[in-house]
Amino acid sequence: MDVNGLVQLLNNIAKVLHEQADFLSELDNAIGDGDHGHNMDKGFKAVQERVLSNPDPDLGKILQKVGMTLISTVGGAAGPLYGTAFLRMGSQLAGKQEVTLQDLPKLMEVAIAGIQQRGKAVRGEKTMLDALIPAKEALDAALAAGKPAVEALSDAVAAAAEGVEYTKTIKATKGRASYLGERSIGHQDPGATSSYFMIRALRDTVAGA
Amino acid sequence: MVSLVLVSHSRQLAEGLADLVRQVAGDVPVAAVGGTPDGRLGTDATAIAEAINEVYSDDGVLVLMDLGSSVMAAETALELLTPDRAANVHLCGAPLVEGAVAAGVEARVGGDLARVRAAAESALNHPKF
Repeated sequence: MDVNGLVQLLNNIAKVLHEQADFLSELDNAIGDGDHGHNMDKGFKAVQERVLSNPDPDLGKILQKVGMTLISTVGGAAGPLYGTAFLRMGSQLAGKQEVTLQDLPKLMEVAIAGIQQRGKAVRGEKTMLDALIPAKEALDAALAAGKPAVEALSDAVAAAAEGVEYTKTIKATKGRASYLGERSIGHQDPGATSSYFMIRALRDTVAGA
Repeated sequence: MVSLVLVSHSRQLAEGLADLVRQVAGDVPVAAVGGTPDGRLGTDATAIAEAINEVYSDDGVLVLMDLGSSVMAAETALELLTPDRAANVHLCGAPLVEGAVAAGVEARVGGDLARVRAAAESALNHPKF
């Protein structure tokens, strides 16, 4: 994937988050402050305006600018969380003009570590990590099994979707949803859901869909 | 003199609190930051970093926050500062209103960063009833 591919991927993420903004905010309304979808939509619109309209040739710089833009425009917790993830991936890709599927596990690893550091969360606390960590594990397994790109990414998408389903069964201990305690059970986590949409957008971009 | 930065999801809350603190804090530099650039409720780590730089003093800066993502945004802001400045900036878990007033008074009488922070945190120990 070159600069054009990355720009297309980020545009596709912006598109799906725009389409799903009402749905994500509705999920958030049930257990949080009801703004996740529209916050993410605002953030990625700003990414399109500030970063994608005139992309840097350096993939690392693009991702770092995406991170800074999300940090300053999203508004909710997702800003520092996704922002830190993109900043870390940007550092990882510094100076690169091409990224391959083989680079992806390391990129996901640094993104997940950034989110864990920022949110002080672990798996099983009803957060975006419950989609991202299973997706990374499924990707690792698929690559180890020698699966082609789209198939490997589809495994990651399926694992993220299962992770989102899993968040319905557990109670929140992080963020605004933790005020609800047991009453948060039964609701799927909006952050895990937006992470799922991003991974799905990656698969669809690579598949050319 | 130690400076204060007040962070809220709401710009009005942060600015109103800054007025309240200035009333008791004399010449202590107080910066208020809240909301998103387009006026929604929320926090903006780059704006927090700018506010810290605006009132920065080598004596130190104490940052007080309201809840939730304002803590994460403030932590992110520290990473946006130069490392030598970041070392002089403390984030404080005190309740925002009581903590900011207590910190303002302590900073005014010349307390160092550790004392100003302790004053803010001890605001929890002053029951209202």
